Amino acid sequence: MHEWRCATLDAPHDPAPGVRFVPWRVGSLRWVVVCAASLLASCHQAGVLDPQGPIGSAERLILFNATAIMLVVVAPVILATLGFAWWYRSANPRASRKADSGYEGRIEFVVWSIPALVVILLSGVCWIGAHRLDPRAPIPANVKPLEVDVVSLDWKWLFIYPAQGIAAVNQLVVPVGTPVQFRLTSATVMNSFFVPQLGSQIYTMPGMTTQLNLMAQNVGDYPGISANFSGDGFADMRFIVKAAPEGDFAAWVAKVRGAGSALDMTGYAKLAKPSEAVPPTTYRAVDPELFERIVDQTALDPEKPRAGGAWSPPVRQAGG
Amino acid sequence: MLGKLSWAAIPFYQPLPLYAMGVVGIVILAVLGRVTVKGGWPYLWREWLTSVDHKRIGVMYLILALIMLLRGFSDAIMMRSQQAIAIGGAQGYLPPDHYDQIFSSHGTIMIFFVAMPFVIGLMNFVVPLQLGVRDVAFPVLNSVSFWLTASGALLINLSLVIGSFARTGWMGYPPLSELAYSPDVGVDYYLWLLQISGVGTLFAGINMVTTILKLRAPGMIYFRMPVFCWSALTSSILIVVAFPILTATFAMLLLDRYVGMHFFTNDAGGNMMMYVNLFWAWGHPEVYILILPAFGVFSEVIATFSGKALFSYRSMVFALLAICILSFMVWLHHFFTMGASADVNAFFGIMSMIIGVPTGVKVFNWLFTLFGGRVVFRTPVLFSIGFMVTFVIGGMTGVLLAVPPVDFVLHNSVFLVAHFHNVIIGGVIFGALAGYNYWFPKAFGFTLDERWGKASFWCWLIGFYLAFMPLYVLGLMGMTRRLQHIADPSWRPLLLVAEAGAVVIFLGILCQIAQLYVSIRTRESRRDLTGDPWNGRTLEWATSSPPPPYNFAVLPRVETIDAFWEMKRRGLTAAEPAYETIEMPRNSPIGIVIAFFAVLSGFALIWHIWWLAILALLAIAVTVMVFGWSENREREIPANEMARMERVRLGLGRPA
Repeated sequence: MHEWRCATLDAPHDPAPGVRFVPWRVGSLRWVVVCAASLLASCHQAGVLDPQGPIGSAERLILFNATAIMLVVVAPVILATLGFAWWYRSANPRASRKADSGYEGRIEFVVWSIPALVVILLSGVCWIGAHRLDPRAPIPANVKPLEVDVVSLDWKWLFIYPAQGIAAVNQLVVPVGTPVQFRLTSATVMNSFFVPQLGSQIYTMPGMTTQLNLMAQNVGDYPGISANFSGDGFADMRFIVKAAPEGDFAAWVAKVRGAGSALDMTGYAKLAKPSEAVPPTTYRAVDPELFERIVDQTALDPEKPRAGGAWSPPVRQAGG
Repeated sequence: MLGKLSWAAIPFYQPLPLYAMGVVGIVILAVLGRVTVKGGWPYLWREWLTSVDHKRIGVMYLILALIMLLRGFSDAIMMRSQQAIAIGGAQGYLPPDHYDQIFSSHGTIMIFFVAMPFVIGLMNFVVPLQLGVRDVAFPVLNSVSFWLTASGALLINLSLVIGSFARTGWMGYPPLSELAYSPDVGVDYYLWLLQISGVGTLFAGINMVTTILKLRAPGMIYFRMPVFCWSALTSSILIVVAFPILTATFAMLLLDRYVGMHFFTNDAGGNMMMYVNLFWAWGHPEVYILILPAFGVFSEVIATFSGKALFSYRSMVFALLAICILSFMVWLHHFFTMGASADVNAFFGIMSMIIGVPTGVKVFNWLFTLFGGRVVFRTPVLFSIGFMVTFVIGGMTGVLLAVPPVDFVLHNSVFLVAHFHNVIIGGVIFGALAGYNYWFPKAFGFTLDERWGKASFWCWLIGFYLAFMPLYVLGLMGMTRRLQHIADPSWRPLLLVAEAGAVVIFLGILCQIAQLYVSIRTRESRRDLTGDPWNGRTLEWATSSPPPPYNFAVLPRVETIDAFWEMKRRGLTAAEPAYETIEMPRNSPIGIVIAFFAVLSGFALIWHIWWLAILALLAIAVTVMVFGWSENREREIPANEMARMERVRLGLGRPA
């Protein structure tokens, strides 16, 4: 795990001979540097700044670029604020005071142009980024993408692998280097499916599906969460993404198929009951209609006709 | 008979809120007892509770905001403590059902009952004085507005001891807030109390817009209005346009919950996405309702204490108007992760960034106002400088979140929490406190203590950075908001720093209280006899401190921006003006009476006590009609009486 302490803090502190005292400013400055360093170090430990896939990496790059573009203006503004306020303090005899200025077109022009230019630049970043990293856009790759259907339940995650015919709770195993196409819905309230180290999150909403494309590039275990408050068990709505080499993934699928129970409608009805901090489990088989029925909201009531009979809302795609 | 209400509604299983309410109850009883013993009720009733004087109502708004700040802050420090303790396997001291209520009430209180009363109170107090007029357009309605806001505040505190508050977060997103997932009264408290205070806020907005458009001193054309009045105008226009959206949205959710309709339910065609859209169609303008008056305060403070006119008045006004309009075109950036198409997300991302342009212009103009000025570092200036430094950081992280791909990884994280606290504390609260320190002498006739004021500023500033910079980092580390316990032990150090920050902010609040106490104790030595303690520029400083009930015996004639500055430059006229007979509104108990019945009806509706709800609503209608038809609503101050009062006031209040 992350080591919080910083080496320089433990280094023996003997001032150079001849130095009688360390001014407090230097001391506090060092403290600030140490703090900043530890903060930065902790950023790299996990999370958004430690991406493990192309989506997360691209998003981090945009985060850095946008920050840099803005700092070009923001940092001087902060310094100028402090500088002006200090220099023009009433007690400073050296400051030259200016009279009230009237309308000055050139200054006015500059004042409106600087933020406008920054925003124009950022708008480009925004437009291109929003299109390239559209959660619905498939990730180009040479291999066939893996399909996973995601259902948020009170308070756990169900992952269905339609092609493999298996399912898992609070555990998502994916092959490294293979794009994963998610279809997501919720069997209860709104949640948000989020694996910080893989990138984009997306809401899961009852009665409709959302789509998301992610890919893991490195082998590892990455924490996943719900990022939209959903009730009392929310804090434990965590899952683990295991990114495994292609062969290990196949082996895992085979292993899951060979053991455990099948997830049929009665099994689902049991699973759908609210529960908290559910340990990861797998299902060797899954009802092929389950996901559609959850989206239709007929999964808990198999007698109810899927469509036709009684009026039921059309299945919607979220957004426009 | 009593609907859903029974003894089970008192949360005996949660001793904490009961103790808290016990203490609060004892304090309230002690205060009421003291007032009764001293025979203060007639005075309170006559001078405050039934007052329709905009200055008194403004002060009452501020008192409400300060009291609710204590409540909202207790929620905050409880949350920070829970997150500092409940790490790894630990569950902390707050179980989920209690913790969830705390973060929901923290958000609701801080937005609706701290920030809103603070800015509305400042607008109420300052705008008529700055416009050079005697009151707002509808003085009695003003009293109704205040008392309806206070009713909402009373109901939210009631939810501590009777029943429970919402466990949905302050946004109350369905389907979580629907009957199927939140069957108890928590969400009903949330909805009804915001409906009641929302009506009050809407009235306040209408009143302010009308006042600014229709009542201005002779000669005060729009482009001679002080910038604070412009900020109040834009903010109030936003209130008038945005609050009905919230009321309608909540009405739909109430219909879902009370009569089984399906606006936002999972089934029968309900659509929760509509709630989210409508909520933020109000919610985004709401943040500008709060921040624009703060911008106005900083504009006044920086100009006054630099001894210079505000740089580029026209730019400032156009920037305010631009923000006012743009704020309605960005609501979707609150849910880029809902699955809208890339075109939609990109459009709203860019619109959100464009708001950064007028905001940036304002920052530059404040900067140029400081440039070449003679800056006097009084407490309001410190808050203004602290604001400028802090707010640009918050603005920067805000623009970051407006980039959809960045939002995809930071949405709902504590990075977002840090961002909006950065702009709300660093913007709205600093603005409110700057305004409080700046206009306090105008309201009460003596200045606030500088030492305690500065101490409180430094505590607020340092506390803010300690509390929220760690949250930025934690958000980047993947921490989402509203976690009752935290799995990753490596987040502990940063959470402890954040907890320490909350404690430092608490010290800031204590300094504020000490400042008020010390200032009242030493008020004789800090009297403001001139009415113009800061060498001000605008008309509120042209009258005495505190101003007479009619503000100005003779309405000032305005010929420039910074009208009072110009008057001082030309030299004040020594000759006594010709006084005229004026009419002033009489006190009216309608506000407090309506509020009483509003609380009753809200409480009855929350607990399904239908007969009481109907009676209370009828009582409100009757009250409105009785007072609506009463003729005797104004009192006349004859010219000779006015002249007598003015001579006394000027003789005592201002050396001739």
